[in-house]
Amino acid sequence: MADLSVEFCGIKSPNPFWLASAPPTNTGDQIMRAFDAGWGGAVWKTLGQPIVNVSSRYSSVDYAGRRMMGLNNIELITDRPLDVNLREISEVKKRYPKHALIVSLMVESRREAWHDIVRRAEDAGADGLELNFGCPHGMSERGMGSAVGQVPDYTCQIVEWVKEVANTPVIVKLTPNITDVTFPARAAEKGGADAVSLINTINSVTGIDLETLTPRPSVHGASAHGGYCGPAVKPIALSMVASVAQTVKIPISGIGGIASWQDAVEFILLGASTVQVCTAVMHHGFRVVLDMIDGLSSYLDRKGLSSVQELVGLSVPRYQRWEQLNLNYRVIADIKQDKCIGCGVCYAACYDGAHQAIAVRPNDKGRSTVEILEHKCVGCNLCSLVCPVDDCITMKRIDSFGEERLPWTEYSKNPSQHPHVRSNRHDQ
Amino acid sequence: MHSIQTRPSKRRGGCTNFGTCQVYGCANFPDMMAESFHKKALARELRPALSKDEALAEANRCLFCYDAPCMKACPTHIDVPLFIRQIGTNNPGGAARTILSANILGASCARVCPTEVLCEGACVLQDQHKPIQIGPLQRFATDHAMAVHQKILTPGSPKAGSVGIIGAGPAGLSCAAELLKLGYQSVIYEAAERPGGLNTYGVAQYKMTPEVALAEVDWLIDAGVTIRCGVTVGKDISLSELESRHDAIFIGVGMGAIPGIHIDGEDLPGVWDGLDFIAALKRGDREIFEVLRGARVAVIGGGNTAIDVVTQASRGGAGKVWLLYRRGREQLSAYAHELELAKDAGVELVLHAVPHRVLGPARGPSPKMSRVSGLELGRKLPDGGEKLETLPADLVIRATGQKGAKLTAELSVRVDGGKVVADALGRTSNPRYFAAGDCVSGGQEVVNAVAEGQRAARTIAEEVLGKLGGAR
Ligand SMILES: Cc1cc2nc3c(=O)[nH]c(=O)nc-3n(C[C@H](O)[C@H](O)[C@H](O)COP(=O)(O)OP(=O)(O)OC[C@H]3O[C@@H](n4cnc5c(N)ncnc54)[C@H](O)[C@@H]3O)c2cc1C
Ligand SMILES: Cc1cc2nc3c(=O)[nH]c(=O)nc-3n(C[C@H](O)[C@H](O)[C@H](O)COP(=O)(O)O)c2cc1C
Ligand code: SF4
Ligand code: SF4
Ligand code: SF4
Repeated sequence: MADLSVEFCGIKSPNPFWLASAPPTNTGDQIMRAFDAGWGGAVWKTLGQPIVNVSSRYSSVDYAGRRMMGLNNIELITDRPLDVNLREISEVKKRYPKHALIVSLMVESRREAWHDIVRRAEDAGADGLELNFGCPHGMSERGMGSAVGQVPDYTCQIVEWVKEVANTPVIVKLTPNITDVTFPARAAEKGGADAVSLINTINSVTGIDLETLTPRPSVHGASAHGGYCGPAVKPIALSMVASVAQTVKIPISGIGGIASWQDAVEFILLGASTVQVCTAVMHHGFRVVLDMIDGLSSYLDRKGLSSVQELVGLSVPRYQRWEQLNLNYRVIADIKQDKCIGCGVCYAACYDGAHQAIAVRPNDKGRSTVEILEHKCVGCNLCSLVCPVDDCITMKRIDSFGEERLPWTEYSKNPSQHPHVRSNRHDQ
Repeated sequence: MHSIQTRPSKRRGGCTNFGTCQVYGCANFPDMMAESFHKKALARELRPALSKDEALAEANRCLFCYDAPCMKACPTHIDVPLFIRQIGTNNPGGAARTILSANILGASCARVCPTEVLCEGACVLQDQHKPIQIGPLQRFATDHAMAVHQKILTPGSPKAGSVGIIGAGPAGLSCAAELLKLGYQSVIYEAAERPGGLNTYGVAQYKMTPEVALAEVDWLIDAGVTIRCGVTVGKDISLSELESRHDAIFIGVGMGAIPGIHIDGEDLPGVWDGLDFIAALKRGDREIFEVLRGARVAVIGGGNTAIDVVTQASRGGAGKVWLLYRRGREQLSAYAHELELAKDAGVELVLHAVPHRVLGPARGPSPKMSRVSGLELGRKLPDGGEKLETLPADLVIRATGQKGAKLTAELSVRVDGGKVVADALGRTSNPRYFAAGDCVSGGQEVVNAVAEGQRAARTIAEEVLGKLGGAR
């Protein structure tokens, strides 16, 4: 059995699965139940100045008959009194000394305010601090949350203030609502952050009630932009985590749409050394972690790895810039006729939506027999993506252009020299 | 009633009423072909394996309920939502671990459990949807685990103490597996040639074949469970010998044979014990398929055993099958879904029927292949009288409840009506003897025997073995 325990910028945790700062970490009672269920760590719901929340706060996007592919919220930071939270933090830490307990913080951009909240969180027993520079609504209008996270200089400045007094590791939680997430990531590192976590929620409107014309969620006939999370945001989060992994040296806690062990492994492969989860728990409860733990552990065993640490970042070198990809590599679609059920979905996709590289004819069962026109197939994958049958369309390699690697950087020096420029013009 | 008329086919080697024609002596239907046809019909699975796509789609329908009703309805409390989620996340090995940690015979339970009245019957998705196919999903996971030779259990660190287990049925196997997990040795003594109990010899063929049941037992043997087959306790080895070899004894002998019905002609060849009949079919006994082919069969009983007998007789090639029950429809104890299955197989229900006499002579090339001349019975009339009828039956099968294993009467424990008296923890009146499964309940399901055998193992560990102390 592989070792699932991790040490994340000095914070020890029995496994890499943490609850993200959000409603599942509102109270000590919840966090203790989560630890009992198997979670390795938790980031406490963001502490800060007192706020009030609106009623009706969430809305969601269902997809293909399944609920909550994406979740949107207009909730703020904790609405419970600071001293109650701090008391519960001490309590949890005392009862669960081996679990990771991180406290998320967000206060106005004043040095003293940050010094004060950092000291209080650490006095309560926090193993680490997470600075919430990501919240996209409500707080940002008051110059906090993503308003800080979107300006690298502010980010750097506040991290420096925090580091002046902090004795525990400082994690900076980044907002995805920015053109290039590597800028604030670098700023956080420069300011002295011990780690970064990402992503927080993405600006969103999930939909509009077509009868009342009110965007969701409705607060007395109106709404505001919310923060999007859940399975729908995972691809965006993965790409941001990967870019940050290539930019900074400090560890990364990956967040965004993680609902299964496979999702978690993907974040870890792209450089995260812990992962945080919110929506999956808001949907299904704490018990989802059981499959995450079992699945990760079996995966490590299957891969012959003895610890999670060995997995971190293994896919990062394979995440490259487009211009580094080999232009001499070519694949074309290959249909396994014995698996094909004759739906013609691939044909419609390729004919109308791609490169007209599939031929179709009706067969004696009244269905479609499809065939790849190899000379027209550009190897885009589309047919294999739409085909409803597993492994029915696969992409097979053809090496018509030779073995030599040819990245764009080389190619662009002398395009006319290269054979497939000609061969791609087969239509003429 | 069968109303199918057979037309000898014009096409060479083919026929349009496959399977019923031999009743009328269709010349185009070679004997050998009939036999293999009926064997296949008998084993055609009621719920075939799910493909990976089907399993994933089905798994993703599950709601991962809180305090899930399906889990509560399972006597072994398998964490159903968790294992289904594990299938959904492409972790069938993890799913199997979840299943097997609660129910060591999860592979056979996936096939034989009456899920309609257990987990699937409790699933919250009933009215607007269809219940999740928990049985087939469980099979998907355990099939995977068997195929990749995943470990079925992890033995506990060895401790001193040994248990003699009588009977390698579900109860005995579950008890042995649990003891092994706790670190204790046991030896199972099994009278039959093969282990598995009714899982191997009794469960309807279209639910599970003996091959699957035996493969599951082999999986346990690989993990360290010890079984001595062909050893009848009380005959090949005495109870006192067993007591001297082991610190505790577990009784898992089941309920034995089906009792006689005390009527004339009952001893004629051509009158069968339902369990022997099922076992012979499941063995693929050539003679039984031959005598059954086209035969008119009268089955006596009204419980699940009787239902299994009629459905299998019909699928196995009988020409006509009657189910004789002494009371009315409402009193039939067989599950409604199994009754439907029997009716689909063309079985005719004869209610308020009391068998009086099996009519001779019995004729046939051998006793096993003999047919009787009919069955005389009385039909109870609403006024309390009775009307005599004669069914032109070729075979008569007794399929009323089992009467209690032979050994049970010889045990130094309290016994009541052929059943061993034991509490919910498996304790009998004798502090060294523990018991579970059918021999205590009088006959329930495989999954109950598994749950109770496991529970008894824990009791034995706590109350007897734990007190011996020390590592082995
Ligand atoms: C016809 C039939 C169909 C059934 N179908 C289903 C079904 O579809 N689904 C379901 O869940 N349940 C079904 N059941 C019930 C299920 O088979 C039993 O509940 C279950 O097998 C009980 O397990 P057990 O270990 O208590 O007894 P058994 O399975 O009866 O095993 C007892 C074992 O003890 C052995 N034994 C007896 N005496 C001795 C001795 N003196 N020495 C050594 N060994 C001895 C026997 O040979 C046997 O192997 C069916 C039962 C019958 C009769
Ligand atoms: C209702 C709700 C409230 C949240 N509150 C906070 C918060 O107080 N502080 C914070 O840093 N992130 C907050 N988040 C963002 C989550 O911590 C997390 O970054 C985001 O939901 C993405 O992860 P997921 O896809 O697993 O949900 C909140 C998210 C939701 C849905
Ligand atoms: S989830 Fe709970 S708090 Fe939210 S609206 Fe429903 S009952 Fe109220
Ligand atoms: S989409 Fe797949 S199954 Fe459908 S016609 Fe194309 S190859 Fe066949
Ligand atoms: S009751 Fe049905 S939907 Fe709910 S967890 Fe069980 S199988 Fe899934």
